[in-house]
Amino acid sequence: MFQSTELNRRNHSVQKLVSILFGVVTCLLIVPVLTIMTVLVYKGGPNISFEFLFSAPTNGMTAGGIFPALLGTILLVVVALIFSVPLGVATAVYLSEYASDTWLTRLINLAIINLAGVPSIVHALFGLGAFVIFAGFGTSILAASLTLGIMTLPVVIVATRESLQAVPPEFRMACWGMGATRWQTIRKVVLPNAMSGILTGVILEVSRTAGETAPIMFTGAAFFLPFLPQGILDQTMAMSLHLFVVSTQVPGVPETLPYSVALVLVSLVLIMNAASIILRAYVRGQKKW
Amino acid sequence: MDRVESLRFAIQVDKLNFWYGDFQALFDVDLEVKKGSVTSLIGPSGCGKSTLLRSINRINERLGSYARTSGSIRILDHDILDESVDLSQLRKRVGMVFQRPNPLPLSIRDNVLFAHRIHGSSKKLSKGEEERILEDSLRTVLLWDDVKDRLGRDARGLSLEAQQKLCIARLIPLKPSVILMDEPTSALDPKGTEALEQMIWTLAGEYTILIVTHNMAQARRASTESAFMLLGKLVEKQNTGDLFLNPRHQQTADYIEGRYG
Repeated sequence: MFQSTELNRRNHSVQKLVSILFGVVTCLLIVPVLTIMTVLVYKGGPNISFEFLFSAPTNGMTAGGIFPALLGTILLVVVALIFSVPLGVATAVYLSEYASDTWLTRLINLAIINLAGVPSIVHALFGLGAFVIFAGFGTSILAASLTLGIMTLPVVIVATRESLQAVPPEFRMACWGMGATRWQTIRKVVLPNAMSGILTGVILEVSRTAGETAPIMFTGAAFFLPFLPQGILDQTMAMSLHLFVVSTQVPGVPETLPYSVALVLVSLVLIMNAASIILRAYVRGQKKW
Repeated sequence: MDRVESLRFAIQVDKLNFWYGDFQALFDVDLEVKKGSVTSLIGPSGCGKSTLLRSINRINERLGSYARTSGSIRILDHDILDESVDLSQLRKRVGMVFQRPNPLPLSIRDNVLFAHRIHGSSKKLSKGEEERILEDSLRTVLLWDDVKDRLGRDARGLSLEAQQKLCIARLIPLKPSVILMDEPTSALDPKGTEALEQMIWTLAGEYTILIVTHNMAQARRASTESAFMLLGKLVEKQNTGDLFLNPRHQQTADYIEGRYG
C-alpha cells in the first residue's frame, strides 16, 4: 500500500538530479571570486609593504607606492557619503512614511529606478557639466564626490526604504494611538529599528563608490599629482584611476605593480565593508528584539 | 471643571456616518456612553464596530481623504470633529488599545513612559518623578509586582497578557478620559483573558471604557452596558444584563443566540 510506484521513483530521481545540478551551478559562482583573489594575492601580494602603502609613486609611476591614490579614494568615499547618506535617508523617509500614493510619488520612484540605471559615464558627463563647470567647483574632490554621491543615491534610498517598510506597522499605530506625531514616531521608533538596513545600504554604496572610475575621471581624479590634496577643492589621485593608468597608460611598469594596486583596492573595499558589517552587528545587538 | 464633573456622558455620538471611499461603513449611528462605565460593542464581523471605535480617536484618518465622516462625536461635551481639534491632544485624552498587543521595541520602563515623554514639555522630569509615574501606572494595571525586577528588559519578552496590560499602562500617565479597546483579549488565552477582564473592572469608574469584542461571554462579564451593531447600524444599547436577557430587537436576539455571527 505504501510502496513507491514507478512514477514516485522517477520523481525522486528528477528531484535529486535538479538539486545536484543547482548546487553545482551555485558552487561555480565562487570560482571567479576565488580566481581573482588568488591571482591578486599571488602576483600582487609580495610587493605590498608599509612603504608601498605610505609613499608616493616615483620614476614616472613605475616604482614607489600608492599613498596619494589610497588617501584620495578614502576622501572621495567619505565626502560622497557625507552628501548622499543624509539626502538618501531623508528621501526614503519621505517616500515611505509621509508621501501618499500619488502620480508625483510614482514619478519620483520611477526617477530613482532610472537614476540607478544611468551608465556611470553619463553620470561623469553630468558631473562635469553640473559641478565642475556650472557650479564652478572645478575638477576637485568635491565635484567628484558629488557625482559619485548622485550615482549611488538610489542604492541608499532603496535600501533605506525597504528597511523602513520592514518595521512592523503596529509600532506606528501604537505611537499614533498615543498621540505621537509622525516625526516623533519616525525618530523614536521607526528609524532606530531600521538602522541596520540603512547601514546595509551604506555598505553597498561604499563598495561601489570606491571602485568607480568613469565618474571621477572628468570631475576630480588626476593622472598624477606631486602633492597630496590640501582640501576638498583640490584634485586628487584615486585608486581606481591609478589602476587604469598603471595598467594601460604608462610604459615600463613592472608586471606585479597593477596587481598590487588592485589588491589594495579590493582590500580597501573589503575592510570598509567589514567595518560596516561590524557596526551593523553592533546596532542589531543594541536592538532588543 | 464643574460642568465636566456633572456630565453624565463621556462619549456622545450623533448621526455618525462613515465612508471608506465609496463604501459606507456606518449609518446614522447614535451612541451615548456613560462616564466611568464599561460599554461593550458587539456584533458580527464587518458590522462597523471597529470603525466606530476608531472614529472616536480619529485614527481612521490615517487613511487620508479616503475616509470621510459626517455627524458629530462629542467627548466630555467637546466636539472632536471640529477643525480646531489637535489630533495629538485628542489621542492623549482618548487612549487606544489594539487587538494584538503592540508594545514598542523598548524596555518596559521606556514603554510606560513613552507617551508621557512625547507629550511632556521640554523640561525633563526628574528621575524620581518618572519612577513614581512608572510604578503608579504599572500598579494600576496590576502588573507592578510581576515586572518590578525587570523594568529594563525588552517589553516584547513579556507574556501576551502582560504585554496587553503594558499597552494599557502606557496610557495611564496621560490621564485619559476614555480608553478604547479593540478586541483586547483576542490574542490571549482564557486565563489571560480573565486577568485582563478583571483589570478592566478596576479601571472602570475612573476611566470610561469602550470595548469592541467578538466574545459575547466577555461582553456579559466585563461590561456595564452593551451595544449591538449590525451592517453599519447601531441596533440597540441597554444595560448588559437586559440586552442579553431581554433584547428589544429580533436581530439582537438572533445574534446573541448564535444564529449568525
